[in-house]
Amino acid sequence: MSEFISPRNLASSLEARAKHPEYVPIAGGTDHMVASKDRGAPAGMINLFGLSELSEVSELEGGGLRIGACVTYARVLDDERVASRFPVLSSACREVGASQIQARGTLGGNIATSSPVGDSLPALLALGATICVASVDGERRIPYEEFLLGYRKVDLAGNELIVAIEVPVQHKGAVQTWRKVGTRRAQSISKLTMAAVAHLDDGKIAGIRIALGAVADRTVRAKAAEAALLGQSPNDESATRAIKALAGEIVPIDDVRSNADYRLGVAQNLVRRFVLSL
Amino acid sequence: MNIDVTINGESRTIETEGHRRLLDVLREELGLVGTKEGCGEGECGACTVLLNGEPVNSCLVPVGQLQGASLTTIEGMAGSESLHIIQDTLIRYGGAQCGICTPGVALCAKWALEKEPDASKERLRELLAGNICRCTGYQAIVDAIVAAQESAPETSLKDAKEPGDE
Repeated sequence: MSEFISPRNLASSLEARAKHPEYVPIAGGTDHMVASKDRGAPAGMINLFGLSELSEVSELEGGGLRIGACVTYARVLDDERVASRFPVLSSACREVGASQIQARGTLGGNIATSSPVGDSLPALLALGATICVASVDGERRIPYEEFLLGYRKVDLAGNELIVAIEVPVQHKGAVQTWRKVGTRRAQSISKLTMAAVAHLDDGKIAGIRIALGAVADRTVRAKAAEAALLGQSPNDESATRAIKALAGEIVPIDDVRSNADYRLGVAQNLVRRFVLSL
Repeated sequence: MNIDVTINGESRTIETEGHRRLLDVLREELGLVGTKEGCGEGECGACTVLLNGEPVNSCLVPVGQLQGASLTTIEGMAGSESLHIIQDTLIRYGGAQCGICTPGVALCAKWALEKEPDASKERLRELLAGNICRCTGYQAIVDAIVAAQESAPETSLKDAKEPGDE
């Protein structure tokens, strides 16, 4: 008999998680139900979907937002604060699956699954998000970059749950760009994604984060490309240096959706276009 | 576990295991076979139902999540005397062919027009992008939805009480 627990609040969710580490914590189910289709009954499920403490978007001091782990893509899209402050995140959520997936899939679920092609992940990385996790022993806050440990592997212990994502306020006037390359506009699993955020000071790039999906075992920052651009004017010359640096730091793979050469070429084109758009 | 849920306006209690797919429970336990299984992976939208008013792929929802919820399947879309206007226009504009995607298309279109009654044709295509049809090439489906949108005052999209409303 497979147990299905729907805790009433976060505290009882954490107790259930501690008591039953073998149970599957489930939010929208859009990843898990596909992966588990032919695997028979799970030991149990801990249902988190709709839990009010995990489903709210609240203000952080200074203009950032704290987005509950079970906030769906649809709720993100409906939130005007997200749209105005973090358009790169809204744009990414708009291109996840389609209406049905957006109604159910959650940011916390995308982060927990941590597929290298998870669509919201580059946006969160480019925005410098922090992941908040909790267990019966207390809370931890981890910069998203450090939370990503490897292929579908994140820094989450067996008794912990992701509870929220904190997105800090961005520099005034920062340019935020999202690009998804897939076989069709809706529903497709990405061949490659890029989220980038940058701002200029006196004509020079004073801050830049470029995050790429589907070019490594996890979502990554293009740090060499960023370093090649920092302090430079955005022009053809600096863009060329950046995409050369990019070729030295990412090693995309061949798979059913695309191949390594194509992915590298597209990543370079996207980065170049972003630089020239600044 | 016992799951209390309102399905097509009727209160039901379902006794089953919570991890099961809503799709399977609808078809196998409740006999609501209007909901079709296409891909079973959340890609095609054939199994779309409206859960608390929102379109979901019933192949991806563990039925335990329905505790206290309200569900509309294709069986609950038409009125007792007449089809919902979207069902009517899908027929008249040739928006249904083999029929596998049709229940999901009809329900998703109902949601889309309730959510955004003034949506452009382009926007309707975006809202319906999760419903894949291998027969029609979509044009007839979109024409049918636009026809329903143009011919219906907002209220009739919700309950299709006016049979001759065109």
